[in-house]
Amino acid sequence: MLELKHISFDVEDGGQDREIIRDVSLTIPDGRLVVVTGPNGGGKSTLARLIMGIEKPTSGTIALNGEDITNLSITERARRGIGFAFQQPVRFKGLTVLDLLRLAAGRELNPAEACEYLAAVGLCARDYINREVNASLSGGELKRVEIATVLARGTALSVFDEPEAGIDLWSFQNLIEVFEGMRKNISDSAIMIISHQERILNIADEIVVLADGQVEKQGPKDEILPGLIGTAAAVAACRKAI
Amino acid sequence: MKELDSIQKRLLEEIADLHAIPEGAYNIRSNSESAGRRSTANIEITPKTDVAGLDIRIKAGTRRESVHIPVVMTQSGLKEQVYNDFYIGEGADVVIIAGCGIDNCGMADSEHDGIHRFYVGKNARVKYIEKHYGSGDGAGKRILNPGTEVYQEEGSTVEMEMAQIKGVDDTERTTTAELAAGAKLVVRERLMTHGNQRAISTYVVNLNGAGSSADVVSRSVARDNSYQRFDAKIIGNAPCNGHTECDSIIMDNGRILAVPGLEANDVDAALLHEAAIGKIAGEQLTKLMTLGLTEQEAEEQIISGFLK
Repeated sequence: MLELKHISFDVEDGGQDREIIRDVSLTIPDGRLVVVTGPNGGGKSTLARLIMGIEKPTSGTIALNGEDITNLSITERARRGIGFAFQQPVRFKGLTVLDLLRLAAGRELNPAEACEYLAAVGLCARDYINREVNASLSGGELKRVEIATVLARGTALSVFDEPEAGIDLWSFQNLIEVFEGMRKNISDSAIMIISHQERILNIADEIVVLADGQVEKQGPKDEILPGLIGTAAAVAACRKAI
Repeated sequence: MKELDSIQKRLLEEIADLHAIPEGAYNIRSNSESAGRRSTANIEITPKTDVAGLDIRIKAGTRRESVHIPVVMTQSGLKEQVYNDFYIGEGADVVIIAGCGIDNCGMADSEHDGIHRFYVGKNARVKYIEKHYGSGDGAGKRILNPGTEVYQEEGSTVEMEMAQIKGVDDTERTTTAELAAGAKLVVRERLMTHGNQRAISTYVVNLNGAGSSADVVSRSVARDNSYQRFDAKIIGNAPCNGHTECDSIIMDNGRILAVPGLEANDVDAALLHEAAIGKIAGEQLTKLMTLGLTEQEAEEQIISGFLK
């Protein structure tokens, strides 16, 4: 379980402090898939980065399973069970897909095990396992490899920052299945997805609407989603992904 | 074969992955003497009489055989110049594993200048693997100045893997190649310098015959206060394809000079060069840290992947 208490995050912008996140308190319980949505610039990605420790909050506390992790580094948070899929995954010259999956799993993986993670994100494993994670991979392929690294970690809390950004419609269908699969096997872990895709919102247990750095709405999907349809917070796949 | 001490054995492992006497033909040179040599039915190794070095003659049509010619130096202050000539017969297909390891615990500089000349017959294929390594904490420098000359006849292929990852204080590496029609040269160089090391790598490749091609790729990492210069020139004298690439990671106070050069003397010479120097991207470190690696572990993974 992840608990954010009174989290604020300011950045300096032209000599003035600008509040990106304002006094956000939020709980992500185990066994739940929570989708954070809201307009662009509302602070969603920043919130995800604060959870992973890539940014440090100006004030407030973050606790994972009761432990205060506010001052822990990215590495320490990762080791305590937070996984993170970047919106724009980075490329590595020389590191292969298998290397990255091994690092993610924290152990030697045999090719068959690595293939399972790749198959889960819709990549034909045999073609990809020895590929370098470099510019030869397309944006969609890279994105799926990124998600596979989070699967390989098997973390207590997995955070996905706009997993649908930059992938084609066909891959998007697969992606929904990946998250449905994760939801099914969630047991005592938790998943947080940043997205404004209606189909992703549709598989959520809970939806949080973040606007202007604040929680605007929060609650079970059935309560929140109907009010979002047709707004920028819940875009139909065909409008956004093509 | 002469008994090697434990340092010599360790050097052999580093440069040639050798744990025992290699299969096939070999010559092991240790502190300027031959510590063991074997020729085979198809590969003859004979010492030169005028200068230090070997003649290695590989019969035409020799298939899937290998030659190991590692050099180890453990005596501080030793300086040597060695000439090894390889005559590779028509249609042969062989692997040549060279390499030099220097352990210098003393005050005096140790230096090995190996000049390798390859005469590659028609349609022959050669894979050449060369690793350089230095160890020992003496004030004396470990210096390696390899000179490589490659003469390729029609339709031959030479693939060279050259790596210098650790411990060599000073190196000036010069590689020249002359390619006849249809010949192909592929070079993969891996270089890492640290401390106050200096490494200079120069290539001059002449594509003389129609349909010849060269692909020279260097990846390097310069750490601490080290200096590197990569100078690669491809000259197209016929319809040909040439590509050179230098990709470097710079760290600490390292300095790198990349000088890719192309010269076309034929309207159908297609030549391309790429050069990039940059530090490790912050996002790469962050990504690996989200997988549970420390910043230092992340850096090591990125470098070892890059130099793989």
